Amino acid sequence: MRFTGWAANYIDERTSASTAVKTLGRKIFPDHWSFMLGEVALYSFVVILLSGTFLTFFFDPSMTEVEYEGSYVPLQGIPMSVAYHSSLDISFEIRGGLLMRQVHHWAALLFVASIGLHMLRVFFTGAFRKPRELNWVIGFLLFVLAMALGFTGYSLPDDLLSGNGLRIIDGMIKAVPLAGGWISYLLFGDEFPGTDIIPRLYVLHILLLPAILVALIGAHMVLLIVNKHTQFAGPGRTNDNVVGAPVMPVFAAKAGGFFFIVFGVIVLIASLFTINPIWNYGPYDPSPVSAGTQPDWYIGFADGALRLIPPHLETVIFGYTWSWNVLIPLVGLLVFLAAAALYPFLEAWVTGDKREHHIAERPRNNPTRTAIGAAGVTFYAGLWAAASSDLIATHFRLSIEGVIHALQFVTVVGPFIAYFVTKRVCLALMRKDREIALHGFESGRIVRLPGGEYIEVHEQLDDYERWKLVSYEEYQPLMVRPDARGRITARQRVRASMSRWFFEDRISPVTQRELESQRH
Amino acid sequence: MMADDHDGTTSGEAAETAVEKHASSASPGVAVERADRIPNPGFPPERLRVTDTDPAKERAAERTVSGLFLLSVVGSVLAVVAYFAFPIVEGDPSTIRLNNLFLGLGITLGLLGIGIGAVHWSKALMHGHELVEERHGTRGSDETRAKAVEIFQAGNAESGFTRRSLVRNTLIGALVATPIPAIAIFRDLAPAEDPIALLKHTMWEEGVRLTRDPSGTPIKASEVTIGSAFHVIPEGLTELESHKLEEKAKAAVLLMRLPLDRLNEREDRQGWSYDGIVAYSKICTHVGCPVALYEQQTHHLLCPCHQSEFDVANHAEVIFGPAARPLPQLPITVDEEGYLVAKSDFTEPVGPSFWERAL
Repeated sequence: MRFTGWAANYIDERTSASTAVKTLGRKIFPDHWSFMLGEVALYSFVVILLSGTFLTFFFDPSMTEVEYEGSYVPLQGIPMSVAYHSSLDISFEIRGGLLMRQVHHWAALLFVASIGLHMLRVFFTGAFRKPRELNWVIGFLLFVLAMALGFTGYSLPDDLLSGNGLRIIDGMIKAVPLAGGWISYLLFGDEFPGTDIIPRLYVLHILLLPAILVALIGAHMVLLIVNKHTQFAGPGRTNDNVVGAPVMPVFAAKAGGFFFIVFGVIVLIASLFTINPIWNYGPYDPSPVSAGTQPDWYIGFADGALRLIPPHLETVIFGYTWSWNVLIPLVGLLVFLAAAALYPFLEAWVTGDKREHHIAERPRNNPTRTAIGAAGVTFYAGLWAAASSDLIATHFRLSIEGVIHALQFVTVVGPFIAYFVTKRVCLALMRKDREIALHGFESGRIVRLPGGEYIEVHEQLDDYERWKLVSYEEYQPLMVRPDARGRITARQRVRASMSRWFFEDRISPVTQRELESQRH
Repeated sequence: MMADDHDGTTSGEAAETAVEKHASSASPGVAVERADRIPNPGFPPERLRVTDTDPAKERAAERTVSGLFLLSVVGSVLAVVAYFAFPIVEGDPSTIRLNNLFLGLGITLGLLGIGIGAVHWSKALMHGHELVEERHGTRGSDETRAKAVEIFQAGNAESGFTRRSLVRNTLIGALVATPIPAIAIFRDLAPAEDPIALLKHTMWEEGVRLTRDPSGTPIKASEVTIGSAFHVIPEGLTELESHKLEEKAKAAVLLMRLPLDRLNEREDRQGWSYDGIVAYSKICTHVGCPVALYEQQTHHLLCPCHQSEFDVANHAEVIFGPAARPLPQLPITVDEEGYLVAKSDFTEPVGPSFWERAL
């Protein structure tokens, strides 16, 4: 105890650490299962850093050609790059090497997945609203970086599968107007595949991209602390307080413990299930390819977009080639991603709401946003499924043409269906909430009245339960009014029609007056 | 900043006043603000856990937590034991699996023991009341903001940033110019050649024999039977000192023989085939995957990456999938020994499209 006191004093006299402990030590974190998704992302990133550091001690990114002399018999004597050779050595010669490779790969898959789910949680609960718009954008950049890190890492072993992935990237780059051929040439340091790409991707993968990622995670966390976490509506919880567990000790123990659980589950998966068995694919060679190959899951939507384009989309104008079959998916995906990144600003403009929002909304209580989200998810899902179009066809004994046409339908028409269905479901759920808040719920108790009539007794909610159903924001469509100079601007008109689109169909929360008139 | 403990009776009011207090001046936009909203009922009465009420349960939870931590120690020890007890034996792949499995399970136990133990500790034993912390607007107070403005103004006045516009503008100009060398020095990422010219030629030229991939042995026309498909590289590729893969990535070819009545040849390509044997670039015109799947009944080629389908019987035209152009055809014939040879290079660039492709 005397040592602890001495050490605390030593550190505080040099760092003023007590100030940090005072401000952060009892900070309150609200609790909800969905808040753990971002934590999963953070912790799996730590696992990636740890396992990745181990791998760098053994991996050699050189593309020099050597003959395989390792212990895996089927590949002995086959020429391959040093990068592939050292990846095989990590798998077959180094104790725990295969485990760490698999931990690294599984953790990477989980990393991107948890970021995606975390983003969906934030989107569907409106947690991106003021003051968190900028943190949404930072989170979006983290998502893109995570995919970039995943893809660069996936390419490093220089096996047949990852080489074909790079070949596709090369083909896409070449389609870029004006400079595509040059960009590819400079990137690969030669004609495809060259002997520079793996070392270059290696530097991006272990230095540049992680450095940016760590910096952005830092910014993400700082803003999380500044803004404090959102919480779901509940009795006693308001827009002006945070209700939950303090960092010291409960949240620290829960979150710290959860880190070990995430780490443990990743190691468990890695010890039981093979991922990316590069020894089955062989070294990269531009000529062979295996059927039924799949990219890592998070690249699926991009690969699927390439697959869904109808044939013959290419035009030559004044001798210059426009490869629409690549440019349309490329631009389409960029627009999709940009729309996701900028959505908070659009919604803020439509509502004109400049207040801070700290209560996470239930998705149903904002039907249009939830419907837009469902449309986006459907669009993404259609593209994503298309990346497995060949496997879907072979597994279910369908024709590849039929699968592609069906997925084209899902991707193009599906979002509209999802939009309308989701919006109707949300409104119906809101009506049900209103009904329950006003009239209570069916208790299942049937009572016979003296007159012989049977009724089912409705039981009223208590105030605490009702609060969850009635405490939501309500918006109404914007009325177009002339501005100070008596004009109605086009901007106003657009905003009004957007606002009508968002809030025309709406269900108002139950008011005190309604509740009272119901009681008498 | 300090959090306050709450109990069900009093802090409900506090929550209400918080709403009043911070009724912000910011515009609510099109939000509806009703006067007769149902009021926030305040915190519900707290529910105690069994470990709060039953000392026996509390002791049991304590034992469980420390038991889990001990289990973690056991797991970590087992991992080290597994590291040595399951070595990788050369020539026996199953030892890799065992090493992976038991090392991994040991580490898993070590990690999950700590994780589940800590979470159980926090849920069952740590002080379980919810605490409340006030939020404050993110925006700095008017006072703070005024200070910030003052600082910027002082900085501006003392440096003359706006007043000395020549200094400022030349600085901006200089800053814009400095990154230019950083872009220029990346030119040597690749050799000083024109890549576009490279993209338009392959190793194939008149008289180069078609050889098997990867052995490099030449192919006689008589060996190509109907229904068979050969993966072909140009003769001499395997002996290349450098750029083997780069050349292969352009020169890979598929060779097939079709019944003469099935083969539909274009007018301007008469004489590009030999007795029903045709050679097409194996590199997909979409994004460059090898079009490796040949369906011998329909004479269709399928790209396994994005499922573009090409009809070999009809000069490899696209019949399905995202590809836009037919696979380029390699004109072939036989030499005096009966081996298949190229009549020339491809007459158009192979592989994915690029801006200058048609020039």
